[in-house]
Amino acid sequence: MNIIKNRYLYFLISLLIIVPGIVFMTLHWTSTKEGPLSLGIDFKGGSLLEVQFTGTRPASSDINSVYAQFSTATQPLNDPIIQPLGTDSFSIRSKQMDDATKGKLVAEMESKFGSKVIVLNFTSVSASVGAEVTNAAGFAILMAALAILLYIWYAFREVDHPIRYGTAAIIAMLHDVLVVLGVEAMLGYFLGWEADALFLTAVLTVIGFSVHDTIVVFDRIRENSNIYRRVEYEKMVNHSIVQTLDRSINTQLTVMFTLFALALFGGDTIRHFVIILLVGIFSGTYSSIFNASPILVVWENKEWKNWFKRKDAATV
Amino acid sequence: MNRSRNNWLIVMIVVLVAFSLWTDLSKNISIQNPLNNTSLVNRNTDIHLGLDLRGGLQTLLQADVADCASVKASDLETTRTILQNRANALGVSEITMQTAGNCRIVAEFPGVSNPEEVVAALQQTALLEFIDAGDTPLTIGTKVETDYGQSSTTTQPTATVAAATATPSTTATTTSAASPTPAPTVYHTVMTGAALNTVAVQVGSKPGTYQISFTLKPDSTQLFADYTSSHIGKILAIVLDKSVISSPSIQSAITGGDGSITGSFTSAEANSLAVQLRYGSLPVPVKVVESRTVGATLGEDSVRKSLTAGAIGLAIVILFMAFYYHLPGIIADLALVTYALISFMLFKMIPITLSLPGIAGFILSIGMAVDANVLIFERLKEELRAGRTLSQAIDLGWSRAWPSIRDSNSSTLITCLILYVFGNSFGASMVKGFSINLALGVVVSLFTAIIVTRTYLHLVLDNLKLGEHPRWFGL
Repeated sequence: MNIIKNRYLYFLISLLIIVPGIVFMTLHWTSTKEGPLSLGIDFKGGSLLEVQFTGTRPASSDINSVYAQFSTATQPLNDPIIQPLGTDSFSIRSKQMDDATKGKLVAEMESKFGSKVIVLNFTSVSASVGAEVTNAAGFAILMAALAILLYIWYAFREVDHPIRYGTAAIIAMLHDVLVVLGVEAMLGYFLGWEADALFLTAVLTVIGFSVHDTIVVFDRIRENSNIYRRVEYEKMVNHSIVQTLDRSINTQLTVMFTLFALALFGGDTIRHFVIILLVGIFSGTYSSIFNASPILVVWENKEWKNWFKRKDAATV
Repeated sequence: MNRSRNNWLIVMIVVLVAFSLWTDLSKNISIQNPLNNTSLVNRNTDIHLGLDLRGGLQTLLQADVADCASVKASDLETTRTILQNRANALGVSEITMQTAGNCRIVAEFPGVSNPEEVVAALQQTALLEFIDAGDTPLTIGTKVETDYGQSSTTTQPTATVAAATATPSTTATTTSAASPTPAPTVYHTVMTGAALNTVAVQVGSKPGTYQISFTLKPDSTQLFADYTSSHIGKILAIVLDKSVISSPSIQSAITGGDGSITGSFTSAEANSLAVQLRYGSLPVPVKVVESRTVGATLGEDSVRKSLTAGAIGLAIVILFMAFYYHLPGIIADLALVTYALISFMLFKMIPITLSLPGIAGFILSIGMAVDANVLIFERLKEELRAGRTLSQAIDLGWSRAWPSIRDSNSSTLITCLILYVFGNSFGASMVKGFSINLALGVVVSLFTAIIVTRTYLHLVLDNLKLGEHPRWFGL
């Protein structure tokens, strides 16, 4: 099996996922001005109220009028986004509202609709906290990337050019982050999904897993570079990938089994989280086999010098 | 591997698994010393569920100041203590309140049914009052009513006191707006905490005792002088949020604007009273910036579903390992069960609060636990193909797989650490819970893969002589 030979094909496959994702993110950014993804209240502030009605569920227009009733200049609650949840519940998103208002609002719903109203879930986040969390999350991802780069650099210090390994692992990791963000942007566009704190946790998990996976392959290259000193670099890398292929796939399968179980039986609360994890774990395995190690070869051969030559040849 | 060392490891694993089973299945563990019947260990090992799983309220409070960096850590800590006391007074059980970062406090109230009231109580400004309790000292903790804020000013006490102490008429008083039921005693507020200028703890006259000295703001000095001159020997109780915190008597007129509260206080008592006097209102004003309420039903539903999903996922992984890796796979499955038992025991003993992301982190760590085994078995197969004897292959497989296990898990631990710091300083307990569980899972999985699987495998090989059956190893 020669994976390295077709490396540009595998890079292309990655781009086929990443480029549409970037397009969707750009579209979202230009149309809403709020950023590349539609953000949940955890990041941009606001309130989410999930209520269950023991009697008949009122029409969403009735909910709308109750919200309008409690809307004030300092706390505008007009035009909340109301989505039905199951057969007897609503999920209602609005601008931020305090606990006292929520209490009054629920009491008003109870008396108006003549049904007991159970608050399943109420979250209220102020915009300033949300913005700060967004910045901190970006910072956390950068810190993680830097720390991992340094660790790999150190762990591979006895190999030639250890920084290449760290850099390649980080590129593969960024690949996975871009895939996950792109898929989230598409799901946001088609299904109205919003990125919340759990989404952030998923991204961070994918980062951890991606690097974990890449290191296993790199470890093999590290070991083989001592054994096969005379074999050319390209062949040696390919051999290492093939040797670790069983392990890469099996590990991915076991993680995916548990994630599939969670997606199917884990309930609505975490489905979004689990699906993002599934995408990210798949991408993590793909990038560690088809991107990270081929990047080492591209770097070793300094192939970017040929990229332009090839173009010249094509035009001539 | 040395056989006696292996035997020793088996004993250790059996003891560990037995202890884990005991902890996992019981809600409380206690060990008695058989010699003198004293309790050696007595721990509540009930599982701690996060608010998202059991229902409750979580609020993030933030210092209401322009610059977060200006908040002193000690002030934030005092604020936390006062809020904690205030919340305890509401009668909600198992409150946790922790400072997060420079200027935030995370407060969790499991199982509350009235989140609005709790949030309101946290946000109110505490009121410190000195009240005229007459001749009888009040028990600390007594709830009292005072006239502060009921009359327009506190300098005209007679009117309010007269109104409050008037005996309710024996005739039906439906027209009376005052109080239809016999009113509890309403105490007169002499002054509030706003009158205090400085408060300090001093060594008392008797050795080992402490007293609190205070000075008053200039505009309150005259009021206090007049009051104390005419009430010598009476009780001037100190009340925080309508709850008595101290009940001293007036021993002499305090005319100079400074006085002291004596009594046989210990150092700690005197300090705590001083803090309450000093910070009757919070040293740092706070506002609620985030509030999350999860209903109990949603929580129960999530627990049930994620447990089902976890069990199904684990079952699939176990089957997969057995089918793909044959004998070593089955042994890895046993190690995986050992892993689950030990992790669950640690969750209960440390204790670690299990939240939904936490469970997800744990399930993910099952995947990583399997990964360590997969790495070893792939190596084991390679060594067997290379013609090594089984026992050699096992030991070589482990030692060759070790660097990759070490480096890959180290990078996961690094990510966990950064997630933890991020979650901790922003009060994002979801992220924090996830990182703790994943990190714990990684550490335990290293232990089970390196020690437990290997020991089990040697145990089977040394005693059942299966060395002649390569197919059992998936070759």
